[in-house]
Amino acid sequence: MWKSITGRFTLIAVLTVVSIIVLVPSLTDQVPAGWKDRVPKINLGLDLQGGVFLRLAVEIDKAIENTAMRYADDARAACREKALPVLAFQKAGVGGFSLRFPPGDFASRAQTTLKEEFPSLEVSLGEVKPDGATVIARMKPAEIQAIRTNAVVQGVETIRNRIDQFGVREPQIVAEGEDRIVVQLPGVKDQQRAIELVGKTALLEFKLVDEGASVEEALKGNVPEDDQILYQKSVDPSSGRATKTPMVVKKRALLTGDTIKTAKVNFGGQAGGAHVSLSFDTRGAKVFDRVTAENVKRRLAIVLDDTIYSAPVIQERISGGEAQITGSFTPDEASDLAIVLRAGSLPAPVKVIQNVSIGPSLGLDSIKKGVRAALIGAVLVVGFMAFYYRFAGMVADFALVFNILFLLSGMAAFSATLTLPGIAGIILAIGMAVDSNVLIFERIREEIRAKKSVRAAIDAGYDKAFWTVVDSHVTTLITAVILFQFGTGPIKGFAVTLSMGVAINLFTALVCTKIVFDYLNAKKPMQALSI
Amino acid sequence: MIELVKNTKIDFMGLKKYAFSLSTILVILGIVGTVQIYRGGANLGIDLAGGTSIQLKFQKPFSMDEIRSLLAKAGHGEATLQEVSGENILMLKLRTSGQQEEKLVADSVVNLLRQSLPGNPFVVESVSEIGPAIGHKLRRDAELAMLISALAIIIYLAWRFEFKFGVAAAIATFHDIFSIVGIFWVLGIEMDLLFITALLTIGGYSLTDTVVVFDRIRENIRLRKLKTFSETINLSVNEVLSRTIITSMTVFIAVVTLLVFGGIVLHNFALALAIGIVIGTYSSVFVASPLVALWRGEKMTEVKR
Repeated sequence: MWKSITGRFTLIAVLTVVSIIVLVPSLTDQVPAGWKDRVPKINLGLDLQGGVFLRLAVEIDKAIENTAMRYADDARAACREKALPVLAFQKAGVGGFSLRFPPGDFASRAQTTLKEEFPSLEVSLGEVKPDGATVIARMKPAEIQAIRTNAVVQGVETIRNRIDQFGVREPQIVAEGEDRIVVQLPGVKDQQRAIELVGKTALLEFKLVDEGASVEEALKGNVPEDDQILYQKSVDPSSGRATKTPMVVKKRALLTGDTIKTAKVNFGGQAGGAHVSLSFDTRGAKVFDRVTAENVKRRLAIVLDDTIYSAPVIQERISGGEAQITGSFTPDEASDLAIVLRAGSLPAPVKVIQNVSIGPSLGLDSIKKGVRAALIGAVLVVGFMAFYYRFAGMVADFALVFNILFLLSGMAAFSATLTLPGIAGIILAIGMAVDSNVLIFERIREEIRAKKSVRAAIDAGYDKAFWTVVDSHVTTLITAVILFQFGTGPIKGFAVTLSMGVAINLFTALVCTKIVFDYLNAKKPMQALSI
Repeated sequence: MIELVKNTKIDFMGLKKYAFSLSTILVILGIVGTVQIYRGGANLGIDLAGGTSIQLKFQKPFSMDEIRSLLAKAGHGEATLQEVSGENILMLKLRTSGQQEEKLVADSVVNLLRQSLPGNPFVVESVSEIGPAIGHKLRRDAELAMLISALAIIIYLAWRFEFKFGVAAAIATFHDIFSIVGIFWVLGIEMDLLFITALLTIGGYSLTDTVVVFDRIRENIRLRKLKTFSETINLSVNEVLSRTIITSMTVFIAVVTLLVFGGIVLHNFALALAIGIVIGTYSSVFVASPLVALWRGEKMTEVKR
């Protein structure tokens, strides 16, 4: 194959046709759907099309702690039922809590009760002092481990659901390491909104307002046991000023958002403006029915991530499992709220630890500049070669065109992502692509100076330069591949184009140019070579 | 044929005294610069050190002093401001203050400016916020990449040539990397992830050059044109000189295009590449081969093919 001109020609022709078929859909949308849908495409990086890149840290310890505190609440309730007076309770490390009891056999009775009622806790007797004794409860390691693995997997799933409903094309949401989630949202314009949508824990709780407690006293620090202070945020629609109203509510949630079946935005009606309508699943509906029946004329706070959205007075028992969240929402806010409620809450709070947002106008500007730089670079290099090596230089330029074609279609074939540093990689690859031709041509010149025939000089030039070309390319390829393997972000984009460029260049430099000279030599040996 | 360089007979090995002194200065600068990077005395990009960078495009010209005092009042006195002249673009950088707390501030800064400058609306062109822990991780990854590629290349060259050639090539490569770090440090230019990419690329590029020279040395040893190793080096470098210069030129052309037309994002990257190509070419002639000569002595033992 490497000796026969027809063989090599066929190979190049086939590669060219395949490359064009693969590449065209990446360059233009004006192709038949059947073609477009079957062929992979070059993706544009966030830096070229604008968008949001977020790296989130999942606060798993907080999730474990929250679960432990929920157990603590339940445990206290269980003790109360058995008339075991709990004097105080405390956190005890990650995933544990301790309850203090007065002297007597209260502690040991509590231990027995808790052991019976909470099989997922390890309960032990703590210090026994004259003024009382403590019981220490810990979540079993298996449960802590389950929360740990779930937090990330389920977090990814939840965020993906939210993003799907938000309508972003080709989002990428993946877990990274043990407690990180990386979210890439290409083409998103409203960055702030996207960040809020992704980062909201969206823990929805219904809590009773404690009408008996005084807000003033609570703000001074005298919060009744079992109660907590939460704030209701409201925005005055005319002035846009936000106000925060403190409220004393029961700590214990009567119902949480995991029982929600659907959530959708409605407008107008009694509440006026945009509001979110919820419907509960069977279990939730039953609880909601009971809760509303027991608490008529009391206020029920609707709490999302520890902020009160509204606290309406329950007018009558609500059966049928429907509820509304009203508040001063814009339509966008209401629709985002509905999305996060439908998609469910994150199992653990997340914190944005890296945020890279590129506006669409900057992306467009970058593309223009990058492509222009690439074109100018290519023209200058091509011009230089044609000027310096004349005919042979033009042969090298011809190989360069194939080089760029193969490189771009290779990127499309692997659905690689083109970034701004990627364009830099292409420019550098163009610069280096002619390197091998220069090596070969300089060798041919030496042979011609040594008075060899043109044909022999060309063959000797390619032969002698072969290993040099291979060595020099392999070393660059090694760095490029390692960059790809260990690099992140901009490094990776650069490594993709550079490594592909170098690999393809090996082929075009050694095969594509040689075939031209071989063809010219085929019928009768060339007498002169313009080089 | 057009020839830039014809039949040169430059005594490169005779120049090695000067070359070694120049290289020593460059490398020392680079080592000081590297130490400064670890001590926090270098201008590190926020992707390596952590922090916030915001690019805003205003509708009308703005006053840097006004923005600076606004930020100082909000407790961001350490902010670095940079203006892109003629385009009403403001680049704003805030570094995280040493602590490991991952606190992102872009929103509050953007809101502050939006509220304080109602007469001059702007669009947020880009926001980049990186917690210090991530910054450190990215830096560790980059260092790892550098070490592994150095190792891989020594192994490859040791296999293709011999161990001494591989080590000399690796030293020459580190010489280039240190030199550029030193130059960037002295000039106070920001070093970010793209800069590290440039370093690795230059490493690869400089090796290419070195390998071409080594290849010719190996060939000339086998052909036994001359008696001593130093003479062989001189002959080989002269023989490949036109190739070296022309290749460096084509790559240089490509990189300078990037420097001039690539826009502000790629500016420092292209600058590092441009400087690196010059240094990489120099080191493959004046550093790598003389090192082999020093180590190997003048005997003309053949190098395996």
